This record gives sequence, C-alpha cells and structure tokens, in this order.
Amino acid sequence: MSLRKPAKNQPDNFEFNSSSLEEAKKIINKYPKGKQQSAVMALLYLAQKQNDNWIPLAAMKYIAKFLEMPYIKVYEVATFYSMYNLSPVGKYFVQVCTTTPCMIRGANKLVEACKEKISEKESELSSDKSCSWMEVECLGACVNAPMMQINEDYFEDLDKEKALEIFNKISNGEKPIPGSYRGRVNNEPENNRKTLMDLKNA
Amino acid sequence: MLKDQDRVFQNLYNDLGPDLISSQKRGDWVNTKEIIDKGREWIINEIKESQLRGRGGAGFPTGLKWSFAPKELGSRPHYLVINGDESEPGTCKDRDILRFEPHKLIEGCLIASYAVQAHVCYIYIRGEYFVDGQKLQLAIDEAYEKNLLGKNAAGTGWDLDVFIHYGAGAYICGEETALLESIEGKKGQPRLKPPFPALIGLYGCPTIINNVETIAVVPTILRRGGKWFASLGREKNTGTKIFCISGNVNNPCNVEEEMNIPLKELIEVHAGGVIGGWDNLQAVIPGGSSMPLIPKDKCETLKMDFDSLVAEKSGLGTAGVVVINKDQDIIKCMARIARFYKHESCGQCTPCREGSGWMWRMLERMAKGEASKDEIEMLGDVTKQIEGHTICAFGEGSSWPIQGLLRHFKDEIKKRNNFDPIVKENKNIPYLVDQHLLDKNA
Repeated sequence: MSLRKPAKNQPDNFEFNSSSLEEAKKIINKYPKGKQQSAVMALLYLAQKQNDNWIPLAAMKYIAKFLEMPYIKVYEVATFYSMYNLSPVGKYFVQVCTTTPCMIRGANKLVEACKEKISEKESELSSDKSCSWMEVECLGACVNAPMMQINEDYFEDLDKEKALEIFNKISNGEKPIPGSYRGRVNNEPENNRKTLMDLKNA
Repeated sequence: MLKDQDRVFQNLYNDLGPDLISSQKRGDWVNTKEIIDKGREWIINEIKESQLRGRGGAGFPTGLKWSFAPKELGSRPHYLVINGDESEPGTCKDRDILRFEPHKLIEGCLIASYAVQAHVCYIYIRGEYFVDGQKLQLAIDEAYEKNLLGKNAAGTGWDLDVFIHYGAGAYICGEETALLESIEGKKGQPRLKPPFPALIGLYGCPTIINNVETIAVVPTILRRGGKWFASLGREKNTGTKIFCISGNVNNPCNVEEEMNIPLKELIEVHAGGVIGGWDNLQAVIPGGSSMPLIPKDKCETLKMDFDSLVAEKSGLGTAGVVVINKDQDIIKCMARIARFYKHESCGQCTPCREGSGWMWRMLERMAKGEASKDEIEMLGDVTKQIEGHTICAFGEGSSWPIQGLLRHFKDEIKKRNNFDPIVKENKNIPYLVDQHLLDKNA
C-alpha cells in the first residue's frame, strides 16, 4: 500500500465552475438512476483538473454533497487511488516510470535528469514553481521504455539528454511533443519490422 | 511466422488509420447484422469452437464464460464490462487496440453484449491512458453517429450503450471484482467469490467481464469461423496473441503472432535479438511481472502458450515478455517488482498487505548482500504464506516472481549473502529484530 496524506494547507471552499458542472452532469448520466456514486472517480478527476492538478478536502466534501454520498466514502476513494494528488504539484507534473521493464532500460537516468533540472527531492516544486516530479509504478508503455508522463501525455523512448531537452522546453514555456523520442512509429520494431509489410509500404 | 492475412489486428502499427471509414475497409462493421442474426447460441458455440481463452492473464475459456450468463433475462439487467486496466509491468497491448483498432473493440462489444443479453457496456480504462481513452471515445462517438451503437445498433435490433469509465492508477482494479467495485465508485478492493460476477456482479446484476484483446478478436473469429482460429496455435491454446517484448532487446515491440511460437523466434526475429547476443541472456519473464521468470537454458526451446508455460512452472499471463540480460542484477530486478507489489497491494488481506512489504525489504537487502543465509529459506516461506491466503490472485501474483527467483537463482543469492546467523557475527544491524541479543553479547 502507498501512504497518502492530504496537504496541510487547505483552501476553505471549492465549487465546480460552469464547464466542470456541465461535464459532471454528463458523467452522472452514464450510470443507472440511483447509482450516481459511480461518478465519484470521474468527478474527483474533474476537480483535480480544475484545481491546478490537486484535490483539496473541500472538493471531496463538495463532491460528496453533489453525489449525495457520505464524505468518508469520497475521502476513501481519493486516498486509495494514486492518480489523485492530495497536495499541490507543479503545473507540469512529471511522472517517471521506474518499474522493472523501464528500470533495466535506464529509467534511473531519467530520475537523475529530474533531480538535476526540477528538484532534488520527489514531489517538491521546482524553483520556478512550474514543475514537480515523482517516481511511479508501471505506466503501461513497457515497449517504449524508458518513458515518462507529463500531465496526460506520454513521452517515450527517452534517455537523459532527451529528458533534459523536454524539461528545457517546458521551462521556456514551450509545449513538448508527446510520443517516441527516437523517431519510431508507435510500437513497431525499429528498422526491423517483419510483419504487415504490404501495409507499411502501401 | 504467422501469415499477414491471418493477423487480426491489421492496424497494430497504425499504417491505415483508426477511424471508422478505414476500419470498414479492413472489414469491421461490414456484416455485423448477419452475424447477430445467426443467434446467441451460434455465437457462443462458434467462440467455444475457436477455443478462445481470455487474453487478460488468467486464460479462462471465453465461450464458457459467456455461457454462465443467465439464459433468461430476469428483473435485473445484464452488464458487459471490458477490462482495459492494463497495468501489469511488461504489458502494453491493450493500449494499441484502444488507440489504433477501437472499432474492432466496439464491434466486439456489440456482439458480446448481444450474446450475454446486455444493453449497457462499460469499458474500464486505466486513468493514465487518458489520451488513448479519448481516442476510443472519438470512435464511440463516430459509431453512435452512424447508428452502429444506441437504439437498434447497426440495424441488428439490439440496443446498446457503451460508456468509458476511467480508473485512477490502481493496479488491483485489473482484478475483475475490484474493477466492479471501482465502477460502483468505491475503493478497488476485490470481493469474495462466490458469488461470481456472472450472477452477481456490477450493481448486483449479472455481469460478464472480458479483456480488451479478447473482445476485439471476437468479430474476426465470427467472420472467419471458429475453425480458422482453432487451426492456429495448438489444441486448447489456439489463435493469435499480441506479444509485448520489452527489456534488453535491440528492438522492443508489440507484435501479433501465433500461439505456441518459440520464445527464441519472438526475441530473435521480431525484437532484433538480445542486447549483447543470445549468450548474454540471463532470464525472461514470459507473461508480465507476476509470472515466474525462466532462466536462459530453458528459453532455447520454450514455446509461448498457456499450457507449455504452466509446464515450466510459469504462465503466459498477459504475454508481456520482459527480457533481462546479463548486464542486469537479477535480484535487483526482482526487488523492484516486489516494490511494485508492495505499492499496489490494496491492503484488504493481511498476508498480502504485510507480506508484500516484507518480501520487498528482504529482497532489497539481498540485492545489497546484507542478508543472512537462513533468510533465503525464510523468504521462500513468506511467499508460501501469502500465496493462496488472500481473497484475490494478487497474493499469487506477488509471490510467484519471487518463488521463480528462488527456484532458478538461489545460488546467486547465496553467493552474495553469506552472513552467518547474525547473533554469531556480532554485527551492528539496526533493523534486526534480535538486536538486543547482540547488545547483550557485546
């Protein structure tokens, strides 16, 4: 199990803005009548997006009222799943996969790059407050290892230099391009494709 | 090698585009109505004949699973749930289906929903695949627009709604009952079985849960016939499978191949060989992190299918092949996997919650050479006490890789860890429980 604690400094209030509210209603409609509790995960994610990438306790209380469910049940869900950030993270939230398939292809080099460029410690804001990073478990792109996720995008086939390059782009206010950084197409074997060749050449 | 025309996922590398029109050119949605007109029984029998086994890890026969759904629709509705929570380290096949072959999946959903009499289908996608989920959502929207979903879907007379439910970073939600809990808006903690979800599942209603890959191959099987699928691979291990080859190979890749393909062919032909040559191979994890590793000497002749791997005391699992060469420290690799399981344990059953951390800490010390000889036996003992003593298969999943390590690399651990029992050595090891004994001697 992972230990997850809410932040010490909490805002007093939270409310969905109009676009989140509209989205939330759409989400609730996906589930049968009376089962609106099912929407709690999606609503927490909405709250997180709206609130600079983290969920304050006020948002949990708000969602509990919104879905007519006990606050503790929302709290349980928010503390159970690791994608909900319970304390502030950077606007660019870097997650480096370090599970075995990435590890044996050099994920520790990406961690080094994060330490050099973002912050010495995990989950600490960078000096310009725009970035934070953490090690995470398998992100499900093992064939493209080592890789990292920045907000919602996957950056694949990296090494230390390329990771630093991405971080530089971020600190210059540019948006780095997600995908493979070795120029390969999706998950095909690089320069060694033996299957579906007619389609490739078509 | 499998012939290209026998590959189900023609767009695995996105040469053709994932949109509806390109998918229809590949044959998706072409005669869905004809297939469904043949009736429920025909569909289930055809799937049974194809001997399709679930692609999510456990390898349960799909046709049989579908036949567990109540034949008569009672007062409670039926549900179909698609498991796309792919989180097993070494596995990244479902992601490619979600983003490049979404219509195969959606059409499969319609056929499977009809077969198990469900009018609502939830596709559970891990939260990290948000971008890929959006691509699937686009495909679903496209299908609604063309009346392939919704009321009278694809002209078949069957009504079906498909919704995506995103997870939020919990490996355990890949377990089918934890997944149901998660859809219900609770913590993803597995339920006790029985009752099985086929009778009491989502919201207490009959629910059939299948992996993304399983459902996505269904339309092709029904089009080309169960016999065709059964002719690939071998008895009870039929058809094609997407293998994900990662780790220390020259060209890590996803590739669709026939079941029962030799592991060596998979690595040498498709993945461009082991880094440093075949002789530099140390071990292979054949089916995602929870399957015991297999040492090099057995890799020479190993065939990749469910039953051959069980015979080697491992398993095909999700077919995520992780290749580890001799440049890697095998104990460290396994310690990292143990850390993964420690992090992902849901905390419901004590043996798993406590044991997974215990195993991780012991392995970390063994990697550093700080363990004593008798601890190696103790580690084996701990794995045995977790395995089989938990509600779900996570207990097995976390202890099997370590049992595999002990089975094949015990000498390596012994070589590195040759502390005698610590009391004799009089060493200062602060985390030792018996420290007080040392202090007395000193």
